[in-house]
Amino acid sequence: MKKQLLTLAILAAATGAMAQSNDTLAKIKSSGSITQGVRESSGALAYTLGNGVYTGFHYEVCANIIKDLRRQLGLSSLEIKYQPVTSANRIPLVKNGTVDLECGSTTNDRSRQKEVAFANTLYVEEVRIAVKANSPIKSIADLGGKTVATTTGTTSVQLIRQNKRASGLEFKEVTGKDHADSFLLLESGRADAFVMDGQILAGNISKSKAPKDFKILPDVLSVEPIAIMIRKDDPAFKKAVDDSIAAQVKSGEIAKLYDKWFMQPIPPTNTPVGLPASAATKAAWASLNDKPKEDYPQQ
Amino acid sequence: MGSSWDWEVFLRDPGGADPTYWQWMLSCWGWTVSVSLLALVLALVVGTLVGILRTLPDKPWAVRLGTFWVEGFRNIPLLVQIFIWYHVIPALVPAMKSLSSFVLVVLALGFFTSARIAEQVRSGIQTLPRGQRYAGMAMGFTTFQYYRYVLLPMAFRIIIPPLTSEAMNIFKNSSVAFAVSVTELTWFAIQVGEETSRPIEIYMGVTALYVISAFAINRIMAFIEKRTRIPGLVAASGGGH
Repeated sequence: MKKQLLTLAILAAATGAMAQSNDTLAKIKSSGSITQGVRESSGALAYTLGNGVYTGFHYEVCANIIKDLRRQLGLSSLEIKYQPVTSANRIPLVKNGTVDLECGSTTNDRSRQKEVAFANTLYVEEVRIAVKANSPIKSIADLGGKTVATTTGTTSVQLIRQNKRASGLEFKEVTGKDHADSFLLLESGRADAFVMDGQILAGNISKSKAPKDFKILPDVLSVEPIAIMIRKDDPAFKKAVDDSIAAQVKSGEIAKLYDKWFMQPIPPTNTPVGLPASAATKAAWASLNDKPKEDYPQQ
Repeated sequence: MGSSWDWEVFLRDPGGADPTYWQWMLSCWGWTVSVSLLALVLALVVGTLVGILRTLPDKPWAVRLGTFWVEGFRNIPLLVQIFIWYHVIPALVPAMKSLSSFVLVVLALGFFTSARIAEQVRSGIQTLPRGQRYAGMAMGFTTFQYYRYVLLPMAFRIIIPPLTSEAMNIFKNSSVAFAVSVTELTWFAIQVGEETSRPIEIYMGVTALYVISAFAINRIMAFIEKRTRIPGLVAASGGGH
């Protein structure tokens, strides 16, 4: 709860400085520094190892982008400041100029595009269902009468609520306060299924006591492009970021980073997430774009 | 940022059982109030019993039991207690598995607060001059009778101000229930703040409801305090506290 209060305080303090010029490149050049938004725990996409050290797939993509920006601006050195952000404060902090490049796990959707801009998508998340390996649940249609866990403060809660209304299926919802709690609900039998982003499900299963006791169903409930977030109405900065992304895709760097973070063992536990790049993710690399979630076909 | 308020967010459709977010917020307020009032009743009953136990003369085991209760429940953080009730106890006692998280939260919050109320009841009783207890005994009252007719009526009137704080605290502490999937106001703020991208407006709405709930209890307690005041004993100035 402290985090939320802190967020409020930050927001209140930040609202004073809303009038910002929209030339991020000039700002970076004149200040000699760039502020990168980082996340505490957004799975293999972005997380902390503690002591102010951040890492993850999007973190490394951003490190490469910043290298390219420094080269483009002809700076001999560029100071990188790290600003941890939460779901609640990431958009205001990008809007008011505190964060230049948010490298977390933000879904690119139409309502957010009214406030901020997104770099081209490199990772397409699929919301899926995890169950116990011996569970009779084979697909979403089997959820009737069951208990479904998900995490407070995620769009998955909204998704299963809307799904419930649309399908007329009756099931009970329970919510964990974070992903670890939600997984515990499944593990301890308080819930029959856990609905969440595929990489979070895969990550929690790989780190559990007995990964073989769980499986992820093939059903995809929703497809969400996750992208690096930047300020709106700054075409020069967006182009610089997208150019770097395009170069990284072309050189094979992105595929290498994906393999490193989703297939190989990663710290702190040195277990692999074990989630190969989905067809949707590969399609995003093949034709780079910043389409919002609404433009993706939903199941 | 004054121009960028979006209060219409409360009129949007969340896509679930409630047609709009504000109606959903009111139903979440209902959970907050239900958890708080039930926990308050439990805390008052158990807290009074334990507080009395700790003051009984010549009953060392009853006193120890009371001390054990109080120290156990007030030395563990509330959030940890909630998790113990929700995840640990059902693992040890399978029969507890069937209890809903709502019941477990009421137990956790009620027992946690009972330890605090027990201390207030004990201090209320011990504040009374020893002569009151002896006078009751001299009347030929049994222990039960002199507690019932002499000590407790006085002690309760003395401790109404700290009890008011406890009753208000319980509303605020009920926010921990979000951690075990009771969809109360804090849960609503976290969840809907995320899905609407309008956390500030949502938090302001939720804060207002917390203030209204806690202040309503404050006024009720102030009324009780006024009506039960003993002329000449407790300072007559001031309203609630």
